[in-house]
Amino acid sequence: MSIVVFAEFADGAYKKSSLEALSAGRSIAEQNQETVIAVQMDGDAQADILAQHGAHKVVQASGNYGAFASDSWSQAFAHICQELGASLVLISNTYCGKSMAPRVAFQLKADMASNVVSMPNTDNGFSVKRGVFSGKAFAWVQLKSSVKVLALTPNSFEIKQWGGQAELQSITAQGESNIVVDSIQKVTGKIPLTEAEVVVSGGRGLKGPEHWGLIEDLAQNLGAATACSKPVSDMGWRPHSEHVGQTGITIKPNLYIAVGISGAIQHLAGVSSSKVIVAINKDPEAPFFKAADYGIVGDAFDVLPQLIAASK
Amino acid sequence: MKILVCISVVPDTTTKIGFTDNNTAFQTAGVQFILNPYDELALTRGLELAEANSGTVTVAHVGLADSEAVIRKALSMGADSALRINAQPTDAQQVAAELAHIAAEYDLVLTGRESIDYNGGMVCGLLGAALNRPSVNVVTRIDFENGSWSFDRDIDGGKESLHVQGPCVASAQKDLCEPRIPNMRGIMAARTKPLTVLDAQGATTGAHCEQFELPAPKQGVKLIDPSQAAQLIDLLKNEAKVI
Ligand SMILES: Cc1cc2nc3c(=O)[nH]c(=O)nc-3n(C[C@H](O)[C@H](O)[C@H](O)COP(=O)(O)OP(=O)(O)OC[C@H]3O[C@@H](n4cnc5c(N)ncnc54)[C@H](O)[C@@H]3O)c2cc1C
Ligand SMILES: Nc1ncnc2c1ncn2[C@@H]1O[C@H](COP(=O)(O)O)[C@@H](O)[C@H]1O
Repeated sequence: MSIVVFAEFADGAYKKSSLEALSAGRSIAEQNQETVIAVQMDGDAQADILAQHGAHKVVQASGNYGAFASDSWSQAFAHICQELGASLVLISNTYCGKSMAPRVAFQLKADMASNVVSMPNTDNGFSVKRGVFSGKAFAWVQLKSSVKVLALTPNSFEIKQWGGQAELQSITAQGESNIVVDSIQKVTGKIPLTEAEVVVSGGRGLKGPEHWGLIEDLAQNLGAATACSKPVSDMGWRPHSEHVGQTGITIKPNLYIAVGISGAIQHLAGVSSSKVIVAINKDPEAPFFKAADYGIVGDAFDVLPQLIAASK
Repeated sequence: MKILVCISVVPDTTTKIGFTDNNTAFQTAGVQFILNPYDELALTRGLELAEANSGTVTVAHVGLADSEAVIRKALSMGADSALRINAQPTDAQQVAAELAHIAAEYDLVLTGRESIDYNGGMVCGLLGAALNRPSVNVVTRIDFENGSWSFDRDIDGGKESLHVQGPCVASAQKDLCEPRIPNMRGIMAARTKPLTVLDAQGATTGAHCEQFELPAPKQGVKLIDPSQAAQLIDLLKNEAKVI
């Protein structure tokens, strides 16, 4: 029995969330003496890095599947999973992983759970905990099929150093795509919001886009990504990709700092799984304070410069 | 051009989530159910495309009769007809398996990025695989140009533009369009539009929910004097240890 982990390699490095998935896979393997195999679809596999993070074996895939497309990649990847006798397939919930995982599950006739936030419980079958109701609750779900696919939420599993070596194998797999990619526009140098460990977020309380330098400066000092509330992106102060909440992105950083955001239930839905929450708001009655660990009742324009100075 | 929009019925976004029966069932008493916000976007864009290309839009829902008010709302927004597959939805894989039985005849199948209750984000990819068609998820633009579907979709740290020749499946992300609000004429017309109830195939694959859990409540907020804001950085470093 083997645990296959999709090792996503992008812009010259492994995705942090793929390394989390690998570490999680190894922790599961340790309990049942299983083999953990990292499968890399493009870029040159770095077996030493993958071994350090838990892989017993590394598979470098090759074939006609081309640059990323959900159909060809899932076809080729599922084929490799079959060849490796995978009983459990772990894919991180990145944009790439999200588009592949259901297709892989279908092809492997596997039961699947997405948004998985905890290690499986195997006391009585196989159950995992997953986020539901946009972060307002969790559900324990049982999977029964002999092969299972889990899509893991980033920032939910600890990266561990396992040490050891991994054998490198190459496997050829085919995959065809009807998707033609015309262009890719990347915002370089930005930390992807879903993977960020620290997020600084601004709401309507910041009054206008011209004040976002304050959010960006604090974020820069803390190595944080920036986010915003829905009205802020609706008004075009910030790009839509930064909007967090029930109808935006759900995030789970170690630290979420909300500045000038009231804390509406739809906003909290997307951020309440953050480990530590800080609310900065001039209104002591703002609902965000009920969801926060630390709070400052004060004017953002007075508080932010102090925080920027203190975090330099 | 035949477009199918898959719609889910979810608790209103302001719902305070609770559970009953030893945390095995969602507390529905007093909860208002709505059309999933992402499906509303999928439907709106589907309608715009159909109107511009003399096409039709059908909405499909896997669910019981109590969903019909929401299905009527979709009709009042402008969908031509509706299908309700008569089964209690239990998980994305079961839903996708049921939908796959009716979806093959459509040129474009749209779903939402995710349902805001189950949050699977899976139905689009599952349908694509089941129909052996490309699936394009989290799209912020859909156009029909020179006989192919063209899309923008979110990717990590950016955006991808792509196109697909031939039938495909896509999932709507916010930004796709502004949701259409039904007008009086639409509401009247919806009453007589066909809503067909189909027997389910009885698909049962997928995850079985055993128990729900609410997040641990916060311990209470620790307030810091706004004139001593720098203290916060110290607390985050040395007490919470998150920076
Ligand atoms: C279907 C639906 C889905 C939604 N989805 C989302 C979602 O995904 N994400 C989301 O964010 N919202 C969502 N909303 C909107 C949500 O209900 C709130 O309207 C929104 O979150 C409010 O944004 P805000 O806190 O930035 O603005 P406001 O509610 O206007 O709050 C601004 C806050 O800033 C404070 N403030 C003002 N000036 C200062 C100052 N100088 N210093 C410090 N504080 C100051 C005020 O006291 C206030 O608390 C959704 C709503 C609906 C109906
Ligand atoms: N019961 C259902 N009936 C029809 N479509 C559904 C149903 N549940 C989910 N969907 C569609 O699948 C999308 C993604 O759902 P999910 O995979 O549950 O997050 C939704 O936005 C809908 O478009």
